[in-house]
Amino acid sequence: MGKNLYQKVWNDHVVGQLDSGQYQLFIALHLIHEVTSPQAFGMLKDKGLSVRYPSRTFATVDHIIPTDNQSRPLQDDMAEKMIQVLSDATEEAGIEFFPPQSGSQGIVHVVGPELGLTQPGMTICCGDSHTSTHGAFGCIALGIGTSQVRDVLASQTLAMDPLKVRRIRVEGKLGVGVTAKDVTLHIIRTLGVNGGVGYAYEYAGSTIAAMSMEERMTVCNMSIEGGARCGYINPDATTFEFLRGKERVPAGAEFDKSVAKWQSYASDADATFDDEIVLNAADIEPTVTWGITPGQAISINESTPDPDQVEGLEKNLVNDALEYMQLQANTPIKGTHIDVAFIGSCTNGRLSDFQAVANLIAGHQVAAGVKAIAVPGSEKVDKAARELGLDKIFEAAGFEWRLPGCSMCLAMNPDKLVGDEVCASSSNRNFIGRQGSSTGRTILMSPMMVAAAAIKGQVADAREVFGLVPAVAG
Amino acid sequence: MTGNSVSKINGKGVYVKGNDIDTDRIIPARFLKCVTFDELGPALFYDVRFDAKGQSLNHPLDAAEHAGAEILISDANFGCGSSREHAPQAIQKFGLKAVIADSFAEIFHGNCTTLGIPCVVMANQDRTKLAELIAADPDAELIIDIEALQVICANNIFTITMKTSAREALLSANYDPLDTLMRTLDKVDQTAQRLGYA
Repeated sequence: MGKNLYQKVWNDHVVGQLDSGQYQLFIALHLIHEVTSPQAFGMLKDKGLSVRYPSRTFATVDHIIPTDNQSRPLQDDMAEKMIQVLSDATEEAGIEFFPPQSGSQGIVHVVGPELGLTQPGMTICCGDSHTSTHGAFGCIALGIGTSQVRDVLASQTLAMDPLKVRRIRVEGKLGVGVTAKDVTLHIIRTLGVNGGVGYAYEYAGSTIAAMSMEERMTVCNMSIEGGARCGYINPDATTFEFLRGKERVPAGAEFDKSVAKWQSYASDADATFDDEIVLNAADIEPTVTWGITPGQAISINESTPDPDQVEGLEKNLVNDALEYMQLQANTPIKGTHIDVAFIGSCTNGRLSDFQAVANLIAGHQVAAGVKAIAVPGSEKVDKAARELGLDKIFEAAGFEWRLPGCSMCLAMNPDKLVGDEVCASSSNRNFIGRQGSSTGRTILMSPMMVAAAAIKGQVADAREVFGLVPAVAG
Repeated sequence: MTGNSVSKINGKGVYVKGNDIDTDRIIPARFLKCVTFDELGPALFYDVRFDAKGQSLNHPLDAAEHAGAEILISDANFGCGSSREHAPQAIQKFGLKAVIADSFAEIFHGNCTTLGIPCVVMANQDRTKLAELIAADPDAELIIDIEALQVICANNIFTITMKTSAREALLSANYDPLDTLMRTLDKVDQTAQRLGYA
C-alpha cells in the first residue's frame, strides 16, 4: 500500500521506539536563533553535555535585531546579551552562525531555504512555531520548545508521537489579486484555529502545484495557525529547480542523484490519509482578519460577524474580538482605518513578495499619517531587492526600506505599535498585544493588500486600488 | 528518572475564561528578552493583569480569593500560537502546577509535559460546573488524579482524559525525555550514517 510523504520521512528518521510509547526521531536539520536557544545551551552546560552533531545545527539572529540600526553593541542591553550568548555558544560548539553583516543573516525560515539547507525528505526543527514553513520542500518541519532544542543539541533527536495526516486539496486557478497568503488564511478560516491539532497537513491540488516555492512557503508557514504543527507540499520539478545551484546543495551528478532521492519522498499515488478536504480556488478572495485570532478572517468584501448568530463561548469570543478591535458587528471591513503598514516576516518577506508589490505601487503614495515599512527577510533578499531597484520603488512610494529581521511581526525589537494603532500586516498572528502594544490592533493580509491599505489609509481591495482585472482569455 | 512521579495534583483552582488563549497573552514577547527562565513568574498574563501604568485590571489570577491557587482552568485550544516554552515556564514559576481545559495546542502541551505540568482535558459542561463550584467556594480543594483520570472537587467527581503518552510520562517520572534520548546514542549514530549525515 502506498505511503504519504509524512510516513516516508517519519519511517526514514525513526531511531527506535521509547518506553513511553513515543518514538525517537532523528533531526536532519536544526535551526536556532537568539530567543529560544540561550536557555538550551545553559541546560546543556548544567548537565555537562556537549553538542553531538554541530554540523547539523545552523544559527542566525532575527527576532530581537533592530531593522533601522544594527550596529553593535545594540542599544538594548539584553538584546545585545542574547546575541553574544548565541555567538559564544555556537563558537564553542563549532556550530555555523550567520550574524548580521555576514551576508547570510535573516529570518531563520528565510535563511534555511535560500541557502539550500532545507531539502526534501528531511526532518527539520527550530525553537519557533513557523518552522512549518520548510514543509514547502517536502519535509517534516516543526516548531519545538527550548527543552526540545536542548534535546536536539545533545542527541540530535526528539521524543515524538506521530501525527495523523490530513490532505487539503486546493483545486483550480486563483483569481487575479488572490495570493498564497489568501489561500492559507482561507484554509484556517475554514478549518478553524485548532482544526489541525494532531495532524500534519499535506497541501495538494492544482492550485498548490502551480505555486512557486516562495508561495508554497507562505502556505506552509501558517499551518501552525490552523493548529497543525507541520504542513508540507510534495517535492516536484518546481522544488528541484529552486534548489539547483543553491549554496549548500550538491552540484553536477550529485545533484541528479539527490533529485532522484528527493522525488522518492513524494506521496505515492495510492497513499492514504486520515482525512481529506477539497477547496476550490475560485471560492478564495483577498482575505483579511477582523478579530484576534488568525481564524477570525473574512473576504475583503464581507462584513464583520453578527454575535447574535453565534452561541455560547463563541458569542463571547466574537464580542470580545469586536470590542478589542473597536469594530462594529455586521459592518464592512473595507474602509477600516489603518495607522501602520508592515510588509515582511517569515510569511511574506521574500523577494517575490516585494517584487509583486513593487510591480504595483509605482506612481502611488502612502497616505498621509500612515507609517509604512518594508522589511526584507534576509540579507540575501535585501541584496537581490536592491539590485533590482525595488528598495527605491518602495521608498519613492513612501515606504521605509529596512534591514532584515522579524521586525514588527512580534514586538521583540524596537518595531512596535504604539497605543491602539491599527496595523495592516503581512505577518501571521493578530493576537492581542502581538505587535508590541497591549491595545495595538493587527489586521493580517497579503503584501499587495498591505500596499493597497497603505495607499488608501484604510483596508481596501487591492484589485480596485491597482486596477487589477482578469486576463482576457485568449 | 528525571524527577518524581506526577500522579496527583492538589490545590485551589482559578478559572481564566476564553477560547484560544495564546502564548503571547500568557507571556508577552518583551518578557522573552532573557537568557534564563528565572524571572518569568510575575510576568504571567501580564498585559491582561496590569495596565500600561502597572495598575491591576482585576484579573482572576490577582483576586484575593484566588491567592495561592495551583490549578488553572481554561477553555478550548489553550496555549495556541507561538512555541515559546516561556509560556509554561511562566505558568510554573507563578505557582500553577496543572492546567484543565477543553483542549490544548500541541506545542504548548508538549512543553508543559516536559516540565511535569499535566494538561488535563475536561468536557465543557463539567468545566462549567467546576467553575461554578470554585466561584461558590474559592478555597475548595481540587484533586487531579492522573492515575484514575478523575478530578474531585467538593464531593463532585469529574471524568477527565489526557494524552496517553503524556500521562505515561508523568506517572513514570520520565516526563523529561533527555536522559532516555541519551541512552541510545549508538543507534542515533547508525541512523545518522544511514542518512548520510555522519
